[in-house]
Amino acid sequence: MPHAVTFQKVSRHFGNVRAVDAVDLEVEVGEFFAMLGPSGSGKTTCLRLIAGFEQPTAGHIEIFGETAEGVPPYRRNVNTVFQDYALFPHLNVADNVAYGQMIRGVAKAERLRDAEAALEMVKLPGYGSRKPGQLSGGQRQRVALARALVNKPKVLLLDEPLGALDLKLREQMQEELKALQRALGITFVFVTHDQGEALSMADRIAVFDHGKIMQTGTPEEIYRRPKTRFVADFVGSSNVLSPDLTRRLGGPAEWASLRPEDIRLGGEARHEAQVTSLSFLGSATRVTLDLAGEKLTVLLPAGTDVPAQGASVRFSWDPSALHLMGPQA
Amino acid sequence: MSTATIRAGAILPGRGGVGGALSDAFWRNPKLLLFVMLTPPLLWLGIIYLGSLFALLLQSFFSIDEFSGLVNREFTLKTYGELLRPSNLDIIVRTVTMAGLVTIASAIIAFPIAYFAARYAKGRWKAVFYLGVMLPLWSSYLVKVYAWKLILAKEGILNWVFDKLHLTFLIDGWLALPVVGGNSLSVSLTGTFLVFVYVWLPFMILPMQAALERVPGNLLEASSDLGASPRQTFTHVLLPLALPGVIAGSIFTFSLTLGDYIIPQIIGTSHRFIGMAVYAHQGTAGNIPLAAAFTVVPVVIMGIYLWLAKRAGAFNAL
Repeated sequence: MPHAVTFQKVSRHFGNVRAVDAVDLEVEVGEFFAMLGPSGSGKTTCLRLIAGFEQPTAGHIEIFGETAEGVPPYRRNVNTVFQDYALFPHLNVADNVAYGQMIRGVAKAERLRDAEAALEMVKLPGYGSRKPGQLSGGQRQRVALARALVNKPKVLLLDEPLGALDLKLREQMQEELKALQRALGITFVFVTHDQGEALSMADRIAVFDHGKIMQTGTPEEIYRRPKTRFVADFVGSSNVLSPDLTRRLGGPAEWASLRPEDIRLGGEARHEAQVTSLSFLGSATRVTLDLAGEKLTVLLPAGTDVPAQGASVRFSWDPSALHLMGPQA
Repeated sequence: MSTATIRAGAILPGRGGVGGALSDAFWRNPKLLLFVMLTPPLLWLGIIYLGSLFALLLQSFFSIDEFSGLVNREFTLKTYGELLRPSNLDIIVRTVTMAGLVTIASAIIAFPIAYFAARYAKGRWKAVFYLGVMLPLWSSYLVKVYAWKLILAKEGILNWVFDKLHLTFLIDGWLALPVVGGNSLSVSLTGTFLVFVYVWLPFMILPMQAALERVPGNLLEASSDLGASPRQTFTHVLLPLALPGVIAGSIFTFSLTLGDYIIPQIIGTSHRFIGMAVYAHQGTAGNIPLAAAFTVVPVVIMGIYLWLAKRAGAFNAL
């Protein structure tokens, strides 16, 4: 069975800028795939390459085993949920959702029935006669989702769809999206710069930086075993230890990552450091330690004793928590 | 104590003088400022413009005494009845047809230019676009029209080019046609049409470009993403959203053509247009009521046009 999406050495250059640089990628059929990275890392360009809005400068793209280069967006059975929704302002919600079927010549009664069903699926029944301008951000987002899903695409592309929503709504939509994806079995490719969102929703994650994929893996792998300094730092703001520091802490002279929540304070530990700052996060307290000029972040769960600022503390960690990334990560 | 310390109070002293008092008064009462700013232009618009339009409307309901040539100040529809005489009706039909064709041709020519400017032109190219569109508006209208007379004349450059290309038969064939033909392009309705399109084109391009610029690019992508071919995207997304601009442009080209009396006088046949009829009736003939009635025609036509456009949903996207 072919992959849902395959990239073979795909590049997209804009003048001298290598937005996407020789990327290899395989998205499995039916999985929830996240492309994670800072802005300008090439993840959105990758999404646009799948949608067909961009053509690769070099390389080969396949969608369900079929060559996609040179195929315009309107001939790809792929739909996009745009970052700012891109709802048609002159059409009401029902006509927006029915747009794809209208284009395909489905009879009016049938397509409006399907649109209403899709609106029910995204929990907006009866909203068909409103104009997009009368909806809130979260409702527009759902309409955009319904408009894409009603066409039963082979792949659904989501370009930071939750970025404009407030925190509470975002968390709610994350769960709903995940449930929807499981129920429909459609392959979702999701672009985000929010590592928490990627970790909680995706089956697999590709971490992008400077137009290249740094690492692909399950959320657990990406979080527990980052391959590079960048991944360790970007996903969950881990402590990245230089080879020198790793050696001083008793490890080999290699780059390493140490999760803030894996460090324990107190006891008869061997290492000692100064507390330089404390910040209260609600469910935890973040403590920044100074270890002879090197910074180390510790996350203390609520309920544990918090040291005073400026105090000298001893700290330790479970040896398995120190993840080594090699001398040249 | 230094000045800086004195100024550091929570409330600064008033600025003083008439200016200071006025600023404070206007700030406390923004409607006052609006009133002061709007009164002169509104008086101008109300009295001079709308007033004279009303006077015109009034005049059109008077009639002229055929023996004395004096205006009979009694309400009558006789003058409007005169408009329906074949020779006058002919003028109206010719003018409206010309205005309609000029508008359609301008829209077709303007769209690609406006689309390029709105979607692709950036920085320097945008400046080139504005300059290119506006530059012809800077020179005198008369100069341009006379220049076109030379271009379209039998000995003009257009005939010369066609001659060199051995294509003169095309022009001759066209000129042999009834209605649109004539002795040369400069004395044919085709010539009038070409010059109208040239002169009014900027008035179509600019509002169109402004409207197209307001259509977000991702709507076109969304349409394509949902399976629409470029043509379907044009019909279902681009055109409905740009329609207010197209209508705005067409109001310019349509009404400017309806009212113009110079271009058809210099380039064209001896058949008259509404503007020429108004000019002749209020001047040499001294028939002010008929001139006024003729002037009301474009106003009514534009009213109907806007009403139809609104009914067709042209302004829904506003």
